[in-house]
Amino acid sequence: MEILARQKIIRDLLPKKFGWKGKIWVAVLILICMIGIFAYIRQLSSGLIVTSMRDYASWGIYISNFVFFVAISLVGSLITAVLRLTNVHWSTPLTRIAEIIAVSAITFASIIIIVDMGRPDRFYNLFLHGRLQSPIIWDVIVITTYFFISLLLLYFPLLPDFNIMLQAKKEAGNRFNKMYAFLGSFWKNTPKQKKISRRSINILSITIIPVAFAIHTVTSWLFATTYRPGWDSTNFGAYFISGAFLVGAGAVLVAMYVFRRAYELEKYITIDNFDRMGKIVVMLALVYLYFNVNEFLVPAFKMKKTDADHLLGLFTGEYSGVFWFAISTSMFLPILILINRKGRKPFPAFIAGTLVVVGSWFKRYLIVTPTLLHPFLPMHDVPESYRHYFPSWEEWAIAAGSLAGMVLIITIFARIFPIIPIQETIEETEKHEKV
Amino acid sequence: MNTNDTSRRDFIVTGLLAGATLTGCSSRHNPFDNEANTMIRPSGKMVKLLSVNGEVIEVDEAFLKPVPDLPPVSNTEARIGIPGKKFVMVIDLSRCKSVKACQTACNHAHDLNPGENWIKVYPMQDAEHTAPYWEPTTCMHCDEPPCVKVCPVDATFKREDGIVLIDSDRCIGCRFCMAACPYSTRVFNWEAPQLPKEIAEKPYSCETSVPQKIGTVGKCDFCADMTRKGELPHCVSACPNGVFFFGDMVEDTVTNGAETFRFSDLIRDKAGYRLMEDLGTKPSVYYLPPVNRNFPFENKDDQQEEKKEEIKS
Repeated sequence: MEILARQKIIRDLLPKKFGWKGKIWVAVLILICMIGIFAYIRQLSSGLIVTSMRDYASWGIYISNFVFFVAISLVGSLITAVLRLTNVHWSTPLTRIAEIIAVSAITFASIIIIVDMGRPDRFYNLFLHGRLQSPIIWDVIVITTYFFISLLLLYFPLLPDFNIMLQAKKEAGNRFNKMYAFLGSFWKNTPKQKKISRRSINILSITIIPVAFAIHTVTSWLFATTYRPGWDSTNFGAYFISGAFLVGAGAVLVAMYVFRRAYELEKYITIDNFDRMGKIVVMLALVYLYFNVNEFLVPAFKMKKTDADHLLGLFTGEYSGVFWFAISTSMFLPILILINRKGRKPFPAFIAGTLVVVGSWFKRYLIVTPTLLHPFLPMHDVPESYRHYFPSWEEWAIAAGSLAGMVLIITIFARIFPIIPIQETIEETEKHEKV
Repeated sequence: MNTNDTSRRDFIVTGLLAGATLTGCSSRHNPFDNEANTMIRPSGKMVKLLSVNGEVIEVDEAFLKPVPDLPPVSNTEARIGIPGKKFVMVIDLSRCKSVKACQTACNHAHDLNPGENWIKVYPMQDAEHTAPYWEPTTCMHCDEPPCVKVCPVDATFKREDGIVLIDSDRCIGCRFCMAACPYSTRVFNWEAPQLPKEIAEKPYSCETSVPQKIGTVGKCDFCADMTRKGELPHCVSACPNGVFFFGDMVEDTVTNGAETFRFSDLIRDKAGYRLMEDLGTKPSVYYLPPVNRNFPFENKDDQQEEKKEEIKS
């Protein structure tokens, strides 16, 4: 009986070839990436003049996209580390989804920051002449650390699965066997190896939490260490972290739904998973809402002259449309949907997750741009185009290309590796049956 | 000691003569051309010169070699600055009528792209019932420069003499300094600077800030090359109304070319102040308030806009 269950689990969870839908999906993603690469080649040859950024709006959607990527990558630490350490078992099927989101997002965070540089050819100066006092260097250090810890947290739980996949050669086809063997043939499933692996995962789960807090806190400090209204806030670290957990959890809801449908994983990613993840999103949205209240209402109560222009621009001025759209899609609507039991069913939860992700992207745009267009001294002695910012097609193409690239990595990962941990699922089921 | 001195002087003189023989001075030939070397004949006309150790020597005029300009200072020297100096600027708002000769001279001296301005002249009015005035801004060369704090690669730096400069050969173009500067002083080269070939090919110097390079940040440099020569920055000498005073805080003197003041007296008597003192950036640029003005405030931009509106209506 037990053996049968085990084999069924393995058969269900082994990576599957793309169907026609999968192929179209990959083709579309590659196309968007190619357009992005084309736009970047244009930017490399003529300089940042192809963007709409100018001296006042000196950072644009590249930077807001960077913040978005760093934010979404934090979910890896939430699901794999926080929930693992607190002995929560329902999240087991979601760990790998969360971790690959983290790895691909942090990869594209580093890529998009290089895209934003005026002189990417001088990237090496960061290592030759890096100065520890600059928050950018802090970001380089913590992002690199986070990337490697996340990669290990993705890799270690995969080790027993390589073993299983190699054993199930026939079902999986021979295509990736060499790769599985290269990555995991040393794994013999001995008790000693299991013990080492369990300990390493525990150590990594503990270390990744402060590093995860560091990456997004430092990212918030890129703004908060300046004097500008809208950025000059002691609330910024916590505000960014809470927003990051929210958008990451939203992304997991979306990914859960898509993988469940595409790979027929109804038995593994259950209604119960959606229910619990939905509750987590509600809680995170409320926490983020709390920090938003602090961030906007406290300065709005005083309306200092420098803050006033910025805040009125968001509340009722030229950014009010985007502002209220972002606030309602990233917080109000998801809370309203997910607070009901019916709203936590897979499809509505997927919609709520999508709203969170989209709203959060625009929220990052609002954190970066309006502040830059409200300098201390009035905008003067510059060409008219310097006074406004709307991204050029190259910027949109590159931003879209990077987002598509992130999704592409996740898609290809799920094609090659089991997106739900096989060994851990088997262990969980066995435990469950014994009880 | 004496013999030593003589031999050193001899060495200098012979060196000078040797140099002169190598590249002589002739009216018909380019003195830097190698062909000119053979043409030197003593003219018999002697010129008196002061040697390095303070003695007057005589050299035949024909042996004098024209020196183009002082060789540009090395990057290391440019990063240290001029020892014993602390440069300071005073901008007298009561004299400014937005002629913008400062801006033109600055743009010209630094070969800036059209539309880029390192000096901006703001029409300011702090509140509805307060007086409007013109406020020219340069880089504030802060003693606690926020831009230098955030630069990840030490491309922008603070020198001993107080000047904040940019090494455009090192800048990676992250623009963090632009976000950090509260005075909106920094300008980015979004596209390749349109420069004549001979300027574009010059090696970049932190003190001249020329040539500007694509993908890097530029800003007012207090004309560090001019101050090294003991001359005034271009904006100071260009202003017809003597708005800008430049000088050294250690000497306690500032001048606009025509008038010279004791810096501390000027600031005390006219109640000088600095911009955004509350931010703690400690600028090196002081302002004198726009009182007892030389000119009434007239904003031509506003008037033109009003006229346009009148025509429309």
